[in-house]
Amino acid sequence: MLDSGFKILFQGQNFNRLLEGLWVTIRISLISVLLSMILGTLFGMFMTLPNRITRWISRFYLEFVRIMPQLVLLYILYFGVAHAMGWNIPAEFASILMLVIWGTAEMGDLVRNALISIPKHQYESAAALGMTKRDTYLHVILPQTFTRLLPPAMNLITRMIKTTSLIYLIGIVEVLKVGQQIIDANRMQYPNGSLWVYAAIFFLYFIICWPISLLSKYLEKRWK
Amino acid sequence: MTGSFLQDFGGMYLNALLVTLRISAWGILIAFVIGFIASLIQYYKIPVVRQIFAVYIELSRNTPLLIQLFFLYYGLPKLGIVLDREVTAIIGIAFLGGSYMAEAFRSSLESIDSAQIQSALSLGMTPSQVFFHVLFPQAMAISVPPLVANVIFLIKESSVVSAIALADLMYVAKDLIGLYYNTGEALLMLVICYLIILLPVSILGSIIERRLRYAGFGI
Repeated sequence: MLDSGFKILFQGQNFNRLLEGLWVTIRISLISVLLSMILGTLFGMFMTLPNRITRWISRFYLEFVRIMPQLVLLYILYFGVAHAMGWNIPAEFASILMLVIWGTAEMGDLVRNALISIPKHQYESAAALGMTKRDTYLHVILPQTFTRLLPPAMNLITRMIKTTSLIYLIGIVEVLKVGQQIIDANRMQYPNGSLWVYAAIFFLYFIICWPISLLSKYLEKRWK
Repeated sequence: MTGSFLQDFGGMYLNALLVTLRISAWGILIAFVIGFIASLIQYYKIPVVRQIFAVYIELSRNTPLLIQLFFLYYGLPKLGIVLDREVTAIIGIAFLGGSYMAEAFRSSLESIDSAQIQSALSLGMTPSQVFFHVLFPQAMAISVPPLVANVIFLIKESSVVSAIALADLMYVAKDLIGLYYNTGEALLMLVICYLIILLPVSILGSIIERRLRYAGFGI
């Protein structure tokens, strides 16, 4: 009974369709990760500025984004902003926006922690050598933070990929939605389809996230 | 406007708040137990069981809760395992949380210098005495910050259970938006409810953390 259900995955175009759905998830994750890494680095530097006002602003942003469930942020952007502004925000745009807003905050916190772990004399020596702020960051500080930053940043990437699964809830046709469609379309022929399809999606996520986690752990040990 | 919104829907939010609290509390409690057992198995390197738990930890950490819930709620009935929505949600949170708790406990156990264990053993303490009087108190103190972070993380993750039609906070908010189109108030109440749950946890966590740091515990 159950082993025949397994065939639902390879019936016709089903597996290709699942992979296409997965690509939607991956594409949204990749765009968001890329933007979050760049903006997060800038935000992390912004947080270390010796200015009370910028510190307050960044602190508020960080704490609010961190304490709210990502799904709440997504609802605020997708339903709330659309309602308040009268805009019709495409679901995919709202998803990327949510992931970037959240990812930037998390990445910024990682960057700030890495930056403040660099001893002060590094900054002072660079200044004493007549380097500009920009050169100090580019040639002295950022290269040193890189090895401290990469393992947790990769961990953040897996978290962002996992969080991308939420976009299903605002109606984007990604891997989970495609899975549901496959189950519904084959309900007569494969009454046990849901078991296999959801297990397959579970492992698809695992196959993507696991290597990144392993690499992150490996690099953390190696660079300690 | 907001006054009448509270009058009309305050009760719904209160019920939903209790649902969120209930599933989070049970899920986190079970996650603590799983995590504690798993960390001991990993720390004492118990053969076979250790490999099984290692597989569990990797599976649970590298997949989203939403997919775990879908598998539990829509997939498992095909194997004859039919679970109630709330039970599904609790199992999901416990399954996800167990691995995070395990990692938190394990890394704090491992951070205690082996010289301490050797000293304790050479003083004639039994292995169980070493655990309860030397390892455990220190490991607990060290693991407080990651444990609090995990508790907050799991309460946040619990927002996903609305996907299996469990009437938690997210579900009620979405329901009200769909039914009455009072998006602004519905979302504001949602944010307030999550702040009511999460802010005290976060503040309490940082107070405990500071206390423990005072106490020192050889950290």
